[in-house]
Amino acid sequence: MEGIFLRIADFAKQLFSSLNFGPEITSILMALFHVSAIIGFVLLNVLVLVLLERKLSGYFQQRPGPNRLGPNGAFQTIADVIKLFGKELIIPKAADKWVFILATIVVFIPAVMLYAVIPFGKKMIAIDLNIGIFYFIAISSTATIAFIMGGWGSNNKYSLLGGMRTVAQMVSYEIPLVFSLLGVIMIAGSLKMSDIIAAQKDVWFIILQPIAFIIFFISSIAELNRAPFDLPEGEQELVAGPYTEYSGMMFALFFLAEYANMVSISAIAVTLFLGGWQGPILPSWMWFVIKLYIMIFLYMWVRWTFPRIRIDHLMHFNWKFLLPLSLVNIVITGIGIKLVNWLNWF
Amino acid sequence: MLQQFYAVLTFFGFGIFFAIIALVLAKIFGPTNPTAAKITTYECGLDTQGPTWVQFKISYFLYALVFLIFDVETLFLYPWAVMFQKLGLFAFIEMIIFIAILVIGLWYAWKEGALEWL
Repeated sequence: MEGIFLRIADFAKQLFSSLNFGPEITSILMALFHVSAIIGFVLLNVLVLVLLERKLSGYFQQRPGPNRLGPNGAFQTIADVIKLFGKELIIPKAADKWVFILATIVVFIPAVMLYAVIPFGKKMIAIDLNIGIFYFIAISSTATIAFIMGGWGSNNKYSLLGGMRTVAQMVSYEIPLVFSLLGVIMIAGSLKMSDIIAAQKDVWFIILQPIAFIIFFISSIAELNRAPFDLPEGEQELVAGPYTEYSGMMFALFFLAEYANMVSISAIAVTLFLGGWQGPILPSWMWFVIKLYIMIFLYMWVRWTFPRIRIDHLMHFNWKFLLPLSLVNIVITGIGIKLVNWLNWF
Repeated sequence: MLQQFYAVLTFFGFGIFFAIIALVLAKIFGPTNPTAAKITTYECGLDTQGPTWVQFKISYFLYALVFLIFDVETLFLYPWAVMFQKLGLFAFIEMIIFIAILVIGLWYAWKEGALEWL
């Protein structure tokens, strides 16, 4: 069980190298193989997650949730996807046509690229970059562009307000998110994903960096625009925020990217704080999936428990509480490491 | 090293490819019937009044400016954090001074009300 996916990858690698195209083409072919597998994983997860979220929200609110299609509503999402394919792509007359369409593509690119550095299991990482976590931060921040493109391109007042709010919120919460990871990097001494996991062999970083984990968790909810930080698409005030004018597959791409981002940010939380794929008895990828779903369940739990907060509270909480706290965390971590080293030296 | 970035480029290309395929498939399978009422801008059933692309609230710009300063700071902090255990006490104190300067900047922005949402 342990090496089942590795063996498949080895087989593909032998197949590609036997074609004698040279190392560059082979590595591109291998990347294509990896990206197809990852897309399969992501799509499968999104199908499960959308259903899971609707079922969980149902149970949290003491109602059954979707339960008509298939056993206990299991085929609901598949039906939704088929319906979305059959919908018309409406482009409003007033919209900036190309910006409007391009936004759907731009939002999807970072969502795919993020998976390049996620370790799904022992040696199961598409590209083990030496700047792994930095790559993740850099790519994830580009998703902001798509929201301003969609908000501005729709030429709709709700979209513009929603787009502006999204950008303000994502940009603000990115700073505590990035700073909270610094403590982990200081202890691990590397940006490479495999090194960070190896550093958590004895003790998980959630124990050494509890404050960083809480900051990371809160600001990642804001980065994902999920409740209680879902102001950009607050239904009661902004209809659907930047998504207002989108329909059919264009909306589905935004939706898909949102859930794909939730999976990838949970995966990063697992990798950096929960020891990655490490665990006894079960195969490494299974441990990864178990921890991943624990994180995702936490996000959903928070979403259906807390009410939406006001935008000025949101901004004040970030700039006047989370940011100073994350700076203090860096300093405390630094002093802690120096103290431990000093004690070991004696 | 460079081979890894070929792979990154492949991921980038696949992202574009997948999104375009999804849109093209939806265009093929879905109906195309843009009536005049359907392609108007959505606004609660009434026609939209006035232009949308107007001058916008200044606080967004102030947040962007403060963000820029701290985002540049992360560029300095990341290499420092990686090498932290190998560097001596001197580098640590130096970074504390660097962070302190930024905290003074944050305090100034706070005092001047740049962080207020009015």
